[in-house]
Amino acid sequence: MILKIKVNGKLRKVDAHPMARLLDVLREDLALTGTKEGCGEGECGACSVMLDGALVNSCLVPAIQADGATVKTIEGLASDGRLHRLQEEFMKCGGAQCGICTPGMIMASASLLAKKKRPNEAEIREGLAGNLCRCTGYAKIFESVRSAR
Amino acid sequence: MRAYLPDYQARSAKDLKDALKVLSGEPGLWKPLAGATDLMVLFAAGKLPRGRYLNIRGLKELRGIGVTKDFVSLGALTTYTEIRGHSVLMKEFPNLCAAARETGAIAIQNRGTIGGNIANASPAADSPPALLVYDAEIELVSSKGARWVPYAGFHLAYKKMVMRPDELIRAVRLPRRAEKFAHFYRKIGTRRAQAISKVCFSGKARLEKNGRRFLDARIAVGSVAPIPLRCLRTEAAIVSRDLDARVIANARKIFLQEISPIDDIRSTRDYRAAVAGNVFEQFIQETAGL
Repeated sequence: MILKIKVNGKLRKVDAHPMARLLDVLREDLALTGTKEGCGEGECGACSVMLDGALVNSCLVPAIQADGATVKTIEGLASDGRLHRLQEEFMKCGGAQCGICTPGMIMASASLLAKKKRPNEAEIREGLAGNLCRCTGYAKIFESVRSAR
Repeated sequence: MRAYLPDYQARSAKDLKDALKVLSGEPGLWKPLAGATDLMVLFAAGKLPRGRYLNIRGLKELRGIGVTKDFVSLGALTTYTEIRGHSVLMKEFPNLCAAARETGAIAIQNRGTIGGNIANASPAADSPPALLVYDAEIELVSSKGARWVPYAGFHLAYKKMVMRPDELIRAVRLPRRAEKFAHFYRKIGTRRAQAISKVCFSGKARLEKNGRRFLDARIAVGSVAPIPLRCLRTEAAIVSRDLDARVIANARKIFLQEISPIDDIRSTRDYRAAVAGNVFEQFIQETAGL
C-alpha cells in the first residue's frame, strides 16, 4: 500500500506492506535510524516514537495503522539547529551511555513533559517505566529529566 | 524468527458497517486488528497465524466513554490511557483504572484497547478480573444485529469465547451501583511496570453498618485459571459470617480449591497458590478494616 505519513513535519509517501512494522518503515524506508530496535516486542521502549502526539512502541504498530498519521521521531526533536532541552540535559548529566535506549528514553521523557511540566519523582519513574537501560542504572537518566523539567 | 510479510494481508474497514460486512462475508477468515499490542508481539515471534487482518482501529463507532444514569459504557476501542484518567471510572470503578494503570507501560496503554484485551482472551489479562467484579456486559455486533451478553460466562475455556467469528465487540458497559463498596485490586508481577501478571486479584466488598460481617463481596482473579475467573464459592464463604480467623482460614482453603494455577514461564503453581492466598487475606483485611 502507499502509506502517507507526516514524519517530523514533512509529508512522506512510502510503498509499504500494511503489516510492516512502523519501526521498519522509519528505519529502512525513510532512513530515520535514530529510532532503535531493542526487543521487538514492546518490552524495552527503544523504538518509542510519538504517533499523533501519543507515545507508542513503533515495533508494535503495523504500517496500516500509521496511514494518515503524524509521527515524531528523535530526529524531529531538535529545532532550528538547536537541541531539545532534554537532549542537552541527557548530555550534561550523563544520561546516555551506549546510546541504544537513549532515543526512546528521550521520546518517553518528551511525552511526559508535554503532559506534565513538572513531574515528581514517581511520575518520572512511571513515565519511563516502559524504557529499559542496561548501562546507566537509571539514576542519571532520572537526573537528566529532573533538570530538563 | 519474525513472520514473513507476504503471508499476511490487511485492509482497513471504512466504517462499522463495512467491517461487519467483511467479517460476515468470509467468517473466520478475517481477524480484527485493534490496538495490535498483542498481535504484533506474536508477529515478531513468527507465531501470528498467517492470513487476513481487518484493521478496525479507526472506527469511530467503537470509541469513547459514555456515562448515563444507569451505566458507564466504553467503546471497544477505548484505550487504557483513556480508562485510567476517566473521572467517573476512577470514582465508581477504581479496580478497572488500577488494571489500566498496571497494564504494560505508557506506550502500551496508549495503544491497547479494552475490547482487544477481552477478545484476546488471555487468562493473564489485567482488566477482566475488574470487569467481572463490576458485572460488565458486552455488546456484540454482526451484520445480523446486536446482542448484549454478561461478561461472566463470556469466556468458555482457554481462548474460547461465546463470540462468533462474524461478530465484533462494540462496547462494554458497567452498571452503576448506589451502594458503597470498598474496592481492592492487586497485580503481582516480576516488576511494577511492563510485567505480565503471575497473580491478579480484583475484589469489592460491603460491610454491615457496625462492621464485622460482609453484606456482599465480589472476587475475580487472573493468571490462576484457564480463563478470568469469578470466585462465587469463595464469596459465599465470607459473606454474612463473622470474619474471625477460622472463617478466613476456611475461605482461603475454598479459594485455593476454586482456582487452578499452573507452572509456566512466568511462575510456578506453588508460588501462585501461596501468593493468591495471601492477597485474598489482604483483601479481607483491607476491605473489612481488620
